Amino acid sequence: MDFKLTPEQEALKKELDDFLREEMKNAPPGWEAGMEAMFSDEGWPFHRYMARRLSEKGWLVRPWPREYGGVDAPMIEQVIFSEVMGYHRAPGRDIFGIGMIGPTLLVAGNEEQKKEHLPPIARAERFWCQGWSEPNAGSDLASLTTRAVRDGDDYIINGQKTWTSGAHFADWSFILARTNPEEKRSRGISFFLVDMKSPGVTVRPLLGMNGTHLFNEVYYDDVRVPARNRVGEENEGWAITRATMNFERSSIETVGVVKRELEELAAFCKETKWNGKTLSQNPFVRHRLAQLAIEIDVGRALAYRTAWLQEKGGLLLSADAASAAKVYGTELAQRLAYTGYQIMGLYGQVKMGSKWAPLHGSYESSSQLCMGMNLAGGSSEVQRNMIAWFGLGLPRTI
Amino acid sequence: MDFRFAEEEERFREEVRAFLKKEVTEEFLMGLEDRGELDFSREFTKKLAEKGWLAMAWPKEYGGGGATMMEQLIFNEEIGYFQAPTGAHRQGINLIGPTIIAHGTEEQKRRHLRGITAGEVVWCQGFSEPNAGSDLASLQCRAVEEGDDYLITGQKVWTTNAHRADWCHLLARTDPEAPKHRGISYFLVDMKSPGITVRPLINMVAAHDFNEVFLDNVRVPKENMVGDKNQGWYVSQVTLAGERSQIGLPSSCKRTLEGLVEYVKETKRNGEPLAHNPIVRRKLAEMAVEIEVNRMIAYRVAWMQHKGLIPMVAAPASKLFGSELLQRLTGIGMEIMGLYGQLELGSKWAPLRGAMARMHMYSLGIAIAMGTNEIMRNILAIRGLGLPRA
Amino acid sequence: MNLDFTEEQEMLRTSARDFLTTECPKTLVRELEESEKGYSPELWKKMAELGWMGLVIPDKYDGMGMQFMDLAVLLEEMGRNILPGPFFSTVVLGALPILSAGSEEQKKEILPKIAGGKAILTMALTEPSATYEASGVHTKAVARGNSFILNGTKLFVENAHIADYIICVTRTKDGASPEEGITLFLVDAKSPGIKCAVIPTIALDKQCEVVFENVSVPKKNMLGELDKGWPLVARTLEQATMAKCAEMIGGAQAALDMTVAYAKERVQYGRPIGAFQAIQFYLSDMWMKVTMSKNITYEAVWMVSEGLPCTEKVAIAKGWVNDAYKFVTERGVQVHGAIGTTRDHDMGLYYRRAWAADQTFGNTDFQREVVARQMGL
Repeated sequence: MDFKLTPEQEALKKELDDFLREEMKNAPPGWEAGMEAMFSDEGWPFHRYMARRLSEKGWLVRPWPREYGGVDAPMIEQVIFSEVMGYHRAPGRDIFGIGMIGPTLLVAGNEEQKKEHLPPIARAERFWCQGWSEPNAGSDLASLTTRAVRDGDDYIINGQKTWTSGAHFADWSFILARTNPEEKRSRGISFFLVDMKSPGVTVRPLLGMNGTHLFNEVYYDDVRVPARNRVGEENEGWAITRATMNFERSSIETVGVVKRELEELAAFCKETKWNGKTLSQNPFVRHRLAQLAIEIDVGRALAYRTAWLQEKGGLLLSADAASAAKVYGTELAQRLAYTGYQIMGLYGQVKMGSKWAPLHGSYESSSQLCMGMNLAGGSSEVQRNMIAWFGLGLPRTI
Repeated sequence: MDFRFAEEEERFREEVRAFLKKEVTEEFLMGLEDRGELDFSREFTKKLAEKGWLAMAWPKEYGGGGATMMEQLIFNEEIGYFQAPTGAHRQGINLIGPTIIAHGTEEQKRRHLRGITAGEVVWCQGFSEPNAGSDLASLQCRAVEEGDDYLITGQKVWTTNAHRADWCHLLARTDPEAPKHRGISYFLVDMKSPGITVRPLINMVAAHDFNEVFLDNVRVPKENMVGDKNQGWYVSQVTLAGERSQIGLPSSCKRTLEGLVEYVKETKRNGEPLAHNPIVRRKLAEMAVEIEVNRMIAYRVAWMQHKGLIPMVAAPASKLFGSELLQRLTGIGMEIMGLYGQLELGSKWAPLRGAMARMHMYSLGIAIAMGTNEIMRNILAIRGLGLPRA
Repeated sequence: MNLDFTEEQEMLRTSARDFLTTECPKTLVRELEESEKGYSPELWKKMAELGWMGLVIPDKYDGMGMQFMDLAVLLEEMGRNILPGPFFSTVVLGALPILSAGSEEQKKEILPKIAGGKAILTMALTEPSATYEASGVHTKAVARGNSFILNGTKLFVENAHIADYIICVTRTKDGASPEEGITLFLVDAKSPGIKCAVIPTIALDKQCEVVFENVSVPKKNMLGELDKGWPLVARTLEQATMAKCAEMIGGAQAALDMTVAYAKERVQYGRPIGAFQAIQFYLSDMWMKVTMSKNITYEAVWMVSEGLPCTEKVAIAKGWVNDAYKFVTERGVQVHGAIGTTRDHDMGLYYRRAWAADQTFGNTDFQREVVARQMGL
């Protein structure tokens, strides 16, 4: 084993770090990491700006083949990239475009689809959202009922999607729809690419607990989608879905974000005196921060291991490794949020915008937003099922 | 609401406490440990019988004291606090006695109840089998009719005190064709019967409490069946009759916590008493909170029983919480002791007689015995919250 | 021993539940969260007509003369339904200390107003030091003629922006211990020199920053004795902590009920999600926390109500209920899935309140230290 980075990797890391340190000075005031920040009115232009800058530097899709804008970079570079991006809380990487549909098309798309969609992603021109969940198909995604009916060279799509992050800004969506209603569950589902500007697509906001606009409902009312936008064979979409889910599960970006937040929290505790005592002198505060430092390092090791598996076994992760990374990352972020809130005492509850809000009130918001992350992209319960089934070989109950 | 005990109840508590203080001395407990009978003393059980406390809440007509549920609660709370041995009478008093009272024939009552109330006959429970644990109703031990007897063949496991018991109450299948709950009967079996073999199962602390019990064509007279044939599953459910607060768990924890508090006050690490360490303080305080919270739900159980209600949900909740509390408390005790926490009974370096590590290992068993905590949670979900069965 | 509520208390509970369900639907709760005042004067008037504000005020001051235990029953229902507004600050932080330490004149002047719904009160205790200990009180009151002059900043003062009177906890002397030299004043909230601003907080429950700048308060408005006010604060904190716990157990029960109902009705993989053992275990643990919270709260409330020494028991109760309420609402959101994270779902209302209540009158670390001291550590 060798945990060292090569000199080239170290250099890349340093270059990216310097670049982001500079660029992040352009962030809107009170900038936070995460999709909630990206999908706000102030955050979205910055997200696009950063995406363009990263694309110009050639960093956006490095692991992709050269013909589609990448440099065939090894997975480990992707990990380094994500870790540094996370640490700087930098936006710019469209996880739906670069993280999910891009690799999916590389694996399952036809040549025409790759040519049409991959370059605009690499050039940071086309942003994506994911239309999978429905009101009655959450954890049990395969029970979805959105219909796609063949009509000449097109499909006509009708139905409702929900929890669609960033649909209010996205250019395109990749969605699942049932093409054969006779078939049950995972059979009879097809995978489509839909232009969000298509007539019949309506986006309605679903506001989060603290009023954040991240999620949307997306209604499809006789939306006409050309048949060439179907990925894979008709009724065979589910297998593609399984692959898409497992590309984007390394928790390294979360680990990077959490590490940065812990540093800031620790600095805050060193500087802040309440009732004559520095917070960092409080043994509970010290222990809680130390516990998080341990968990972050454990998370980092898990993320690198995950990347290593991808490096050796291909982009497509095994379901249990992907699930482990996801559940660890989001629950770590939740623990950080709760710990920060606790440490702030009475001040933890103060919202951004008040002069009394410590660290921009970020813990008031993250203590609420963290709940959504435990659910988005598959709930922690579903992830644990995956670990039990695929990792431990336990029998399936559902 | 009024959380005060009545004056005569307080007087009774004082009387019990004075008795236990005299009887359950450090020396007495050490003696039990030396004999490897930590929770088992026929002599002590007899003394309780002499005081009239053993079956205090049983009806008077069956040799009980007719005490109220609240008095029984007080008694159990004190017994728990003094960590007194109850192994020689627990099964008889809490389980088999109430079952015989509810379902037994006059002859069974005459024959068995006195031995229990006098503290003379020790019982064990033959329910679990290697393939029938949480799913007890799938048990396979067979009882086949032959003339005036049943011949019982099969294996029981986790039978606490089988090697010390005089009698066993056990479940065996009398109709293998019937649905699993409806083909079981309830028997009283003399442990001296030919065909019974008891083999020790040594637990994690190297103590011998558990056994395997093998039954090979054990002849049991028909008159030893309790309740009707194939009704054994329902007969066994009566065991709900005894005091079910599980108050013994939090009150025993309270005593243990007090020992820990003394320990951290007296013990210095690097010149500083452990009691000054904020983390130690917080952990012990957390345990005090949990003990108190546990005590209150146990009181609630007793109160419900006192009023004639059956605590279908609160009782398993109390057991669930108490057993997990014991795990947390002893775990925290070991952590606080640091390297010393791992020392066992017998080492001169072992704090608090090495009881913490031992109790911690025991606590794992308590979370399993009498229905695992997973089963307890199922009961809460299904009976308490009305959720559908999985 | 008697662990049951009285018939009157059960009736109070039922009528409060019916009233709040009808008069304070969640739409109103959300509206009040966003509103400037944070309460509905119309609803306030109806509550006064029911006698709620005068529940624990003796008959001779136009109240109903009931006990703290009765008040806790009402507060539990308020927590269950969620009732935004100044009931808690007026009755618990206002009427109770006046009942304990007010002069006859003060009682006669203010208590009937409270009972009639004509006065809103609050207590200004915490400061930027953000602690409930006496050492955190730095706001100064200095005698000048027939008055005291108050200077300082109070923080996290509930409803100060709509209050008619603020009971201000001040330091009048630097004593040998922080508890010495504390004096309480009944301050007319309209007095010149008081500046008040609502702080936006997680529960949007109108906690304020109140700045006292040379605020003159007549000596006769002193509540209790000069320099010896801390025991009154400590007593009020015990009452307030248990009142808060009563609210919290009501909220926790509501969150549990809502989640159980959802688990029975939401179908995935062809069965209600409540049939999955993972979900059952969450729910049974939630049930445990709620049930145990209620039992310990009732015991501590009873002790407060009977006037028994209860420092340790109160700390035990709050130390437990803090974590329980957070646990129940967190799991509640998780079981609901994404819908539980939205602004329009009721679970979030409880989740946010659990996090606010956790810190109010002492978080778990604070309570555990109180318990540790009481244990002789």
